[in-house]
Amino acid sequence: MSAKGADSNPYDAIVVGGGHNGLTAAAYLARSGRKVLVLERRHLVGGAAVTEELYPGFKYSVCSYVVSLLRPWIIRDLNLSRHGLRIVPLECSYTPQLDNPGLCRWPDPDQNRQEIRRLSPRDADNYPEFGKLMGKLARFAKPFIDELAPDPTSLRPRDLWQFKRAADRFRALGDDLVALQLKLTTMGGVDFLREFFESDQLIAPMSCSGIIGTMLGVNSPGTAYVLLHHYMGEIDGSSRAWGFPIGGTGAVSDAIAASALEFGAEIRCNAPIANIRLKNGRATGVILENGDEIAARSVVSGCDPSLTFLRFVGKENLPADFAASLENYKNRGSSGKVNLALDRFPEFVQRPGIGPHVRGDVAIAPSTEYLETAYDEAKYGAFSQRPFINVVFPSLLDPGMAPPGKHVMSCFVQYAPYDLASGPESWPDHREAFGDAVVDTLAEYMPTLKEDILHRQVLSPWDIEQEIGITEGNIFHGELGLEQLLFQRPVAGWARYRTPIDGLWLASSGAHPGGGIMASPGALAAKEMLRAGAV
Amino acid sequence: MPRKTALFERTADLMTSVAWKEWAGYAAPCNFDAHSEREYFAIRHSAGLLDLSPLAKYMVTGADAARYLARIWTRDITRLKPGRVAYGCMCDGDGKLLDDGTVACLDPETFRVTSSEAWLGWFERHSRGYQVEIEDCTDRLAALALQGPLSREILQVVTEVDLDAMRFFGVAAGSIAGVNGWISRTGYTGDLGYEIWIACEDALTVYDALLVAGKPHYLEPIGLDALDVARIEAGFVMQGVDYISAQHCLIEARKSTPEDAGLGWTVNLERVGWIGREALVQEQEQGPKWGLVGLELDWAEIEALHEEYGLPPHLSPLACRNAVPVYSEGGATEKPVGQATSSSWSPTLKRYLVLAQVHRKYADLGTRLSVEYTVEFERRTITGTVVERPFFDPERKTFTPKAAPKGASR
Repeated sequence: MSAKGADSNPYDAIVVGGGHNGLTAAAYLARSGRKVLVLERRHLVGGAAVTEELYPGFKYSVCSYVVSLLRPWIIRDLNLSRHGLRIVPLECSYTPQLDNPGLCRWPDPDQNRQEIRRLSPRDADNYPEFGKLMGKLARFAKPFIDELAPDPTSLRPRDLWQFKRAADRFRALGDDLVALQLKLTTMGGVDFLREFFESDQLIAPMSCSGIIGTMLGVNSPGTAYVLLHHYMGEIDGSSRAWGFPIGGTGAVSDAIAASALEFGAEIRCNAPIANIRLKNGRATGVILENGDEIAARSVVSGCDPSLTFLRFVGKENLPADFAASLENYKNRGSSGKVNLALDRFPEFVQRPGIGPHVRGDVAIAPSTEYLETAYDEAKYGAFSQRPFINVVFPSLLDPGMAPPGKHVMSCFVQYAPYDLASGPESWPDHREAFGDAVVDTLAEYMPTLKEDILHRQVLSPWDIEQEIGITEGNIFHGELGLEQLLFQRPVAGWARYRTPIDGLWLASSGAHPGGGIMASPGALAAKEMLRAGAV
Repeated sequence: MPRKTALFERTADLMTSVAWKEWAGYAAPCNFDAHSEREYFAIRHSAGLLDLSPLAKYMVTGADAARYLARIWTRDITRLKPGRVAYGCMCDGDGKLLDDGTVACLDPETFRVTSSEAWLGWFERHSRGYQVEIEDCTDRLAALALQGPLSREILQVVTEVDLDAMRFFGVAAGSIAGVNGWISRTGYTGDLGYEIWIACEDALTVYDALLVAGKPHYLEPIGLDALDVARIEAGFVMQGVDYISAQHCLIEARKSTPEDAGLGWTVNLERVGWIGREALVQEQEQGPKWGLVGLELDWAEIEALHEEYGLPPHLSPLACRNAVPVYSEGGATEKPVGQATSSSWSPTLKRYLVLAQVHRKYADLGTRLSVEYTVEFERRTITGTVVERPFFDPERKTFTPKAAPKGASR
């Protein structure tokens, strides 16, 4: 640890960006007694995990809206429960249909079987079998998200040991599962699911988890792999589905920030940085947009790789091959967000009432053809007229999100390509039309929706880039394709939070193990920094 | 066959799970849906409504009522003011616990006593010489528990009793949904909450009015499964689970003194003239044998233990009441030093909580113990550390928006 106080290098580390990963890194560093400063551009911390009251009395989880992979060991290490983190489980995954009651997938296996039987008795029986297989594969993959990315080129003992353990887990899967794992990494989501199921009404919503945050369709090769991420989700360390944080996702960030503050970190909002300050090729601090310079022994970026390196460091200061890899890094945000404040609950005409079926997520994914058609439009630079929408009603899970009897509705929408045919900067001209398409789509299922809307917020990926700062508005800081994961995230050879710039570390979703409210990149980066004696 | 409470027709109608259990001779809901998670989270984030009617309830009236209760109860009821409730317990002549419950002072000569079991015989046996009437009103008086952070807001819709001014462990008479009854700020969840006491024939009216008032706040009818998790988080012991009433114990070793069961704080040995005191004074001199502790099981160890078997850890949403032995740290081959009687994963605290009775010398905060834990039919142990009880203790539990300044009223 460096000396503290009023010397020329007062901070051990400056964290650029107060998103949930930046805050997590700060909390871990402060927990080890390091002097840490978090700089956040906006007026509140949280990045894409923020809760904002944009219409009086109604709170929106503006961007990210559910949690699943938030690591239990981080919750414990940072005492997040004591700092107010409360997560309630989603009770159902509901896929409505226009002409029938649609499909509810419940956490209870027997309830689930009864539900799927209506579509296909064969699928009902295969569903738990499929879940078990995926659960086993997820158990193989899951340790990767709690440790450093494997380094296939290293012969150091700790890397070889890590490889041996992974190989042991892989062998323990058995021949059948190894074959399945290979299929999973190469096939399209729909094709893969068709090996198990016949009902398109079941396959369609299941395939959606393979495309989230990518500019790919449900039939595109490689999308099957991301299905696995869904089966890694957990609450409280036991494999289960998704949860909603009381107070919205901003409450997760607030809990981490409270923990960081308690450990002694300093957090400064409204402090946008212009550059990471370099001296002899080494990061020595930051230069704020207002011209102030703050020195630190290390700089930790909680921002996405493109923003960090191409904007804050500058291409000219990077090794040429690293810069080239970054330019090929696929951000290409493909999703938007629509948040609605509602005067009353807009019931589903085919499954009326405010029952458990709407106390979870609702997927507008009536068929695989619908989903592929939605992608077709996006391929050529238009948003989908009938998009895939994932809806959550936070007010049903946390009464504090809206006044009594009123509701908020969170809609994740795909596809909304960053790169519109008319250019990303033309999004403001198309934003409301995009919002209309979303509302029109939903109103087909919920006929009273339009008259219930009190306020609407529409975020295109361009808006997410402008407001939150994430390059091209990609919710994961870069697609979660296999080619951008593990030892290749963000760039092959640089997956262990170090960067070609000495003293600069990457602790964001653009680092291993990737995006989602997981907090792993932040925690693992901080641990690696501490281990390496960089702070 | 279990009896039906005054609310049976409504709870039976609301329940989709057909999950009843017997509670003191009555049928009581375990949960209303296939699982109890929604009900649990309602207690912690909105409010839950529980039919508490099977609780044993007595009216004790007369000029000597306070003096009489001060003799059979560990608390000095003569000092209990009208409008206040005291939690305490009851011992036999050997100082062994019979039961625990509340005494509410409705007016200087009228008290309502609740207990987990029926005690009319015991009450009457000790009333000789006192000017006191004791009525078992269990069957005539219905009771509802409305518990959770939004309970005040919901209850205020249907009553003119000023809830903002009602302090923790206060009680007041008033009209609730148009019928006369009592509201006390008491409960078994460790959260903000109220208990409502009304005649059985009015119970449905009040229950329905609360359901309507609570609807925009996501009030949930709750059953005993969700309650059990909440009461463990609150660190409350349960008669018949965490200690056994002396009247049911066949052997002396199974009996507990208040100190043994973590209820020592309800006892004032300075005060004379109550049943069990002399024996407890003696216990005090010799030093108590047992202590009731809250343990937190080491989660990393639970995960690692399951990993040995290639399993992910399984967290039941239900509390566990199967008692298991507790050993000194690493002492699983020796004689147990106590037993874990209730345990539950806390979805709110993200900690695995245990209530255990252990030998006194293992009861200090920070003591590490080994708690039996079964995986794949094999009995193993997990480290449990003695931590502060209550495990969950939110400010809102005791916070009173319009509290009179200290000293202004008592």
